[in-house]
Amino acid sequence: MTEQGIGARVLRKEDKRFITGKGRYTDDIRNERQAYAAFVRSPHAHARVKGIDSAEAEKMDGVIAVLNGKQLTGDGIGNLICGWGVSSKDGSPMNMGAWSALATDKVRYVGDAVVLVVAETQAAARAAAEAVIVDYEELPAVVHAVDALKKGAPQVHDNAPGNLIFDWGLGDEAAADKALKGAAHVTEMEIVNNRLSPNPMEPRSAIATYDEAEDHYTLHTTSQNPHVARLVLSAFYQVAPEHKLRVIAPDVGGGFGSKIYIYPEEIACLWASMKTRRSVKWTSSRSEAFMTDAHGRDHVTTARIGFDANNRIVGFKIDTVANLGAYMSLFSSAVPTYLYATLLSGQYDIANIYCNVRTVYTNTVPVDAYRGAGRPEACFLVERIMETAAREMGVDPAELRRANFVKSFPHQTPVIMAYDAGDFAGNLDQALEAADYKGFPARRAEAAKRGKLRGIGLASYIEACGIAPSAAVGSLGAGVGLWESAEVRVNPVGTIEVLTGSHSHGQGHETTFAQVVADRFDLPIENIQIVHGDTDKVQFGMGTYGSRSGPVGLSAIVKALDKVEAKVRKIAAHVLEVSEDDLVIENGQVKVAGTDRAMAWHEVGLAAYTAHNLPAGMEPGLKEGAFYDPTNFTFPAGTYVCEVEVDPETGTTEIVQFVASDDFGTIINPMIVEGQVHGGIAQGVGQAMLENVVYDADGQLLSASYMDYAMPRADDLPSFAIHHHSTKSPSNPLGLKGCGEAGAIGSPPAIINAITDAIGNNDLDMPATPPRVWAALNAASAKIAAE
Amino acid sequence: MYDLKYHRATSVDDAVAKRAAASDGQFLAGGQTLLPTMKHRLAAPSDLIDLRGIGGLAGIEVSGRNVTIGAMTTHAAVAGSAELAKVCPALAALAGGIGDPAVRHQGTIGGSIANNDPAADYPAGLLALAATISTNKRKIAADDFFTGLFSTALEEGEIIVSVSFEAPAQCGYAKFPNPASRYAMTGVFVAKGGGGAVRVAVTGAGGDGVFRHDGLEKALAAEWSASAADGVAISSDGLMSDIHCDAAYRANLIKAMAKRAVSAA
Repeated sequence: MTEQGIGARVLRKEDKRFITGKGRYTDDIRNERQAYAAFVRSPHAHARVKGIDSAEAEKMDGVIAVLNGKQLTGDGIGNLICGWGVSSKDGSPMNMGAWSALATDKVRYVGDAVVLVVAETQAAARAAAEAVIVDYEELPAVVHAVDALKKGAPQVHDNAPGNLIFDWGLGDEAAADKALKGAAHVTEMEIVNNRLSPNPMEPRSAIATYDEAEDHYTLHTTSQNPHVARLVLSAFYQVAPEHKLRVIAPDVGGGFGSKIYIYPEEIACLWASMKTRRSVKWTSSRSEAFMTDAHGRDHVTTARIGFDANNRIVGFKIDTVANLGAYMSLFSSAVPTYLYATLLSGQYDIANIYCNVRTVYTNTVPVDAYRGAGRPEACFLVERIMETAAREMGVDPAELRRANFVKSFPHQTPVIMAYDAGDFAGNLDQALEAADYKGFPARRAEAAKRGKLRGIGLASYIEACGIAPSAAVGSLGAGVGLWESAEVRVNPVGTIEVLTGSHSHGQGHETTFAQVVADRFDLPIENIQIVHGDTDKVQFGMGTYGSRSGPVGLSAIVKALDKVEAKVRKIAAHVLEVSEDDLVIENGQVKVAGTDRAMAWHEVGLAAYTAHNLPAGMEPGLKEGAFYDPTNFTFPAGTYVCEVEVDPETGTTEIVQFVASDDFGTIINPMIVEGQVHGGIAQGVGQAMLENVVYDADGQLLSASYMDYAMPRADDLPSFAIHHHSTKSPSNPLGLKGCGEAGAIGSPPAIINAITDAIGNNDLDMPATPPRVWAALNAASAKIAAE
Repeated sequence: MYDLKYHRATSVDDAVAKRAAASDGQFLAGGQTLLPTMKHRLAAPSDLIDLRGIGGLAGIEVSGRNVTIGAMTTHAAVAGSAELAKVCPALAALAGGIGDPAVRHQGTIGGSIANNDPAADYPAGLLALAATISTNKRKIAADDFFTGLFSTALEEGEIIVSVSFEAPAQCGYAKFPNPASRYAMTGVFVAKGGGGAVRVAVTGAGGDGVFRHDGLEKALAAEWSASAADGVAISSDGLMSDIHCDAAYRANLIKAMAKRAVSAA
């Protein structure tokens, strides 16, 4: 049944309910006696909370409770934590500042939650929230990462002197310095990676329901990892014991990382539900989403890369300041360290790398993983500096890359990662061929006749997915293991339920996971149901992020399928009185090879559950579980080619060609993979050309709505040419690598390389908006005129 | 949105009376600015007086080169008017470039100019076309109507009934959309009257809202060509500077859009 198995373009099973408006999202759920929460949020970036007057709000119609941070901490609710400990070079632990779900003494960013109002209606809750009077003593604020480290900068947390969270290093600094000293050519750059807002289509939402009779809590929430949410809520925040808390993440409309974390609102709603004995719902407005969803990126980096006389890289040294915002979000420490510096070898064989990362507090929204999480920052840096070096040295950028590619595998980089498989030159060649790289000079000349500046840019990206081997991440400070679990239940009638710890919030697991099962047992895809997102149904899971659902989540399913198949063979061999080795599973049957003797698949299921005729000692039933802990990261890689035309009159950039050659290993559903790449590139175009979170000097968020925060739209994007050139990952049973983030990782440097090529000025920050491109173009012209 | 009282007016007089009776009433035309502002809780009128039930305020009349557009005519209707396209295609094109289809089927010309958003398209069009804005009380020349950021010559209880103008011999509009909002980061409407008089109105750029550009008008009156516009020095004094771009870039856009508008005319 290859038309539904691995490699087939099966239409998404879940789309029927999504495109007919029948998806069931958290906000669609209405519980009995449901009340509504609204938060009083700080209008100041930094202020002391001197007093809270709730008297007026409490008297208002429909108000059930007005709750503050002192009550919350008084009830023993713990502070929010960062779950990955990263220490400074000197061995000292990171300086994690206290983060209460409701601020007690101080607010540290615009949007920081101070008071929670519970009321009979959303309107009543909002009205009462506006009636709460908070007495603030404003304090000076700091917004930019580099400013936060300056002497005399406003101090965000008392226990992080100079706003420094940690000063971390990876690699051999002395060796990198020595290599750079002896280099024939050194390229140096300062690179800013702009701050982004995640913007999932569905805003965050939570409904907390306390059942007094059972002393039990249920939390419906927009989570990418409901089990982790349950674990953290119970173990660290003490809102409810783990066995008394059920977390359900129903249909979730996009996450991009922002729904990994446990936010103050879920904690406050759970606590408020217990206090009020009501089901308490909160759904973020879009304005709240801009103000409170964890942002992404926000790095300032200086980097130096050295080459020998043969254009081979000899050393690479990087100094990064990463803005983590006002508080340390759940995985914030790992993003600019172990998900960033470990990828700074790029696709290249580099003997000496050293990276220093200082993370800082500022009076801005917390920063955490956003589609790509650390790898886009690494890729942008590596691929911008490679392109720049090629220009400085007068070498074809494609050939400079090729000369430095890692060519044999496994390859141990000096920054932890061991690349397991790839064919980097193969992807480069495929991309160059598809883009007609050789024909570019003619296209540039033709564009010039039309008054347009045409440029071409490459990016050869590598990233690490399938996080991650638990022991490895444990040794690096992770507070959790990053395996995945699965359970395969074959029903007596032969239909199959697969329970997975992965969580789909747009990825299409209900289709791709079912394809893998259909492929394995040659069954119709309709007979397979994927169950996820409920801690009462699925035993445990680490959730979906870092493109891990394929390499890790599916690997757990495959392991469970192995166990199911083993039992199926034993039962069929017993019933058919043949050796297991003589059996083949195909076309919905377990057959004796080369004969017409067979058991239908459902007959095996029935046999397992009637248990009338099972092999001696075999337990009834046909249900197997598995935990899969990966042996390595996986390493999706590829080359992207972007070609642009710039209108010199306005600085407007049009992407006229975008070619991708990706190596994702085994592909289960090419249609879904292409969709992931399209979406990833669209977000990469967003970062490179449109999106930018802007705070003013006082810490007020200026890009707080779609009037001012530019999201990519269809007419900003070209038609993408997506190609695959794959090598299988040897690190998981299906050879998968992961495809969810590559587009967002590989595209920004390709785009900026193309625009800077077009305008002849390499000094251009993201987002490369028309005014910025126009100014850079004028600066380049002025420089030429002066010379 | 805060609670409010909603009224559906049956006539212009009824609307005026209802607003006068309200403590803080607002007229509702297409609602494409007012309603989002209310949803953001940035506006909180006590009463909303809906003008959409009033007959006779919508429609386009073209008589010779004289054009009259009812205040409640939607952008979509203006964009799709074959009669208007014959005499003044630039204004139809302008309307067709406002917002998205949903906005164009709700938003109205009267609502747009009454709001006078400094980045809206219609103010540039009507100012360059030397339009007359007719209200329930009087006729106001466009030159007197647009008085600053979000402010107009309209008085309390005054409702726009229609706008009218004589279609010029040639006119054109070009705008550079803000990448986020798609409002005009700068838009320039150029019009050349039968007698050769040229009017150039700029939206999206002025620190005080829509304005006429004297330098461009003189240059284009002397020679109606993009290259004539190209020779005009555009000062950035008094232009807006915000997170999207600075005044110097807007000055550049005024010239670039003026050239495109002339080419399109």
